[in-house]
Amino acid sequence: MSKILIVAEHAGGKLNPVIAKCVHCAAGIAGAEIHLAVFAADAASVAAQAAQIAGVAKVITVTHADHANPLAATVAPQLAELAQGYTLVFGPSTTFGKDLMPRVAALLDAPQASDIMAAESATRFKRPIYAGNAIITVEVEAGTRVVATVRTASFEAAGAAATPAPIEAATLSATLPTHTRFVSVTSARSDRPDLQTAKKVVSGGRALASADNFKILYSLADKMGAAVGASRAAVDAGYAANDMQVGQTGKIIAPDIYLAFGISGAIQHLTGIKDARTIVAINKDPEAPIFEVADYGLVGDLFQVVPEFEKLISSGS
Amino acid sequence: MKRILVSIKRVVDYNVRIRVKPDGTGVITDGVKMSVNPFDEIALEEALRIKEKGLAEEVVAVSIGPADCQQQLRTALAMGADRAVHVQTDAIIEPGTAARLMHKLAEREQVMLAVLGKQAIDDDCNQTGQMLAALWGRPQATFASKVEINGDKALVTREVDAGLETVEIDLPAVITADLRLNEPRYVKLPDIMKAKKKPLETIEPAALGVTPVERLKAVKFEPPAQRSKGVMVKDVQELVTALRGKSLV
Repeated sequence: MSKILIVAEHAGGKLNPVIAKCVHCAAGIAGAEIHLAVFAADAASVAAQAAQIAGVAKVITVTHADHANPLAATVAPQLAELAQGYTLVFGPSTTFGKDLMPRVAALLDAPQASDIMAAESATRFKRPIYAGNAIITVEVEAGTRVVATVRTASFEAAGAAATPAPIEAATLSATLPTHTRFVSVTSARSDRPDLQTAKKVVSGGRALASADNFKILYSLADKMGAAVGASRAAVDAGYAANDMQVGQTGKIIAPDIYLAFGISGAIQHLTGIKDARTIVAINKDPEAPIFEVADYGLVGDLFQVVPEFEKLISSGS
Repeated sequence: MKRILVSIKRVVDYNVRIRVKPDGTGVITDGVKMSVNPFDEIALEEALRIKEKGLAEEVVAVSIGPADCQQQLRTALAMGADRAVHVQTDAIIEPGTAARLMHKLAEREQVMLAVLGKQAIDDDCNQTGQMLAALWGRPQATFASKVEINGDKALVTREVDAGLETVEIDLPAVITADLRLNEPRYVKLPDIMKAKKKPLETIEPAALGVTPVERLKAVKFEPPAQRSKGVMVKDVQELVTALRGKSLV
C-alpha cells in the first residue's frame, strides 16, 4: 500500500481544478491510498469540494488564520509534520506547488521529483528535462519517501466520487514562522476561462506588436469562450501580463485547441503546448518552427486572419 | 560585511538543440557549448545592482561541479562578482545536495541574501532555492520580478499563476530570480582581463561537511514523443471548415 498525501491548492474558496489531475496521477500507483490536505483560514468549502473527487479516501483540514493567503514558509512546517505518515507527498506543478514542495522536501530530508508526467510506481517516475527535449525516468530505493510536483497537463482530471470522502481536522504542533508576510496579489482579473485549465486557448506572440493589438485576440477569445495566452517575447515586450505566459517557465497547458497567432515557436514555448490536442499556427513566416508541430498551419498576416476568422466562426459559414 | 551569495550553474547553452544518446544513458553534451544558467545570470545581475546601490558590499559567486565550472565562475567575476567559490566534485549533484552546500556557505559567509536562479535549464528542477531556505530556516521569495531592500527587510514581487504577488521578508533570506527581474549586463573585454586576477577559492564538499548523495537515480533517458507535422491550409475559410469538422470552433 502507498499512502499518498496531496496538497489541495485553492484560492477564493475554490479548489484548484488541477488537484483532480494530481489525484488521477496518484491513483495510478498500485495500492494508492490518497488523502488531500487543505490549508486554509476557513477550510470547510474547499474541503467539501476536495471530498467530491473520486479516489480520495480522506480530506484533512489544517485551519490557521495565516493560511488566508497560504505561503510556502508557513505551510511547509505543517505539511512536513502531516507528511510523516505518508510515503509520497504530491503537489501540483503550479507556482504554488513549485514554491512549496521543495521546502517541504528539505524539511523531510526527502528527494523531490519535479513535474512528473507519469508515476510508474511509488518509486519510479518520468519527468521532462531540458525544456521537454528529453524525458528522464528516475527511481528511488524502495521505502524512500518522495516529494513530487505533478505536471498536470499530462493527466485527465479524476471524476466525481459516488459518495464524498470523510473530512477530518488535523491538530498539529509545528510553529508557523513570522519572517515571511503576504502583502498583496494583483491579477488582471477577467471573466475569461482560466488559462491553465481552459479547453480553448487563443495565444499571441511578438508579432502582435502592442498591448493594444492584443485586443483583437481578446475579442476572438470571447467569441470562442477561450482563454488568452502569450509567448515569452510578447510578455517581455509588455504586450501581455506575466500570468499569460505559456512555455517552459510559464504555464504548461493541454487544451483541446491552441490557436497561435504570430508565435514563431521557440522550443521553450513548444514545451508548454505539446499536450494540446490540436495546435493551429498562423504566421507570416513560412519557415517558423511552430509549423513543424502544428496540426493546421496557415501562412498569413494575423491582422487580416484574426478578424476574418472571427467573422467566419460567428457567421457559421 | 553585507554579503550576497549567488549560485552559478554550468549548463548546456540555451541555444543548443538537445539530443538524447542513442543508448538512452543521457543527453549528448560532448563538444556542446556550455554557459552560465540564464536564471543564475539574472540572479547575479540583481545582486550586483543591490551592491551598486550601496545596499551590499560584496557579491560571492558559487559553482558546484567539475573543474570546468571555473569557466562560468570567471564569467561571473567578469560580470562583477567580487570573488568566487568553486565546490569541486565530479559527483552527481541533486538539488538537495546543492542546497546543503549553499547552506554551509551561507552560514560561513554570514550572508544577508542568497540569490539563485529559479531553475536550471538543464534539469528544470526548480528546487534548490526553496530547499536552501528550509535548511537555513529563513524566508524564501521565489520567482522574483522585483526586489526592494529596505534595511533588514525586503519587499519582493513574485510572478505567480494568478498574477503578481508581493511578500515582505526578513533578512537574511533566499530570493530566486525569474525572467523579468532584470536584463543581465554584457561582459566587456577589460572586465574579462580583470576577472582573471579576482580570487577564486576551490574546496571539496567534504570540507563543508557535505557528502553528495544520489537518491533519484536516472534509469533511462528518451526523446519526447514527437507531434507529427499537420497540414498547411491555403486560407481562413479552409481552416475554419477543417476545425468545424472536428467541432473545435
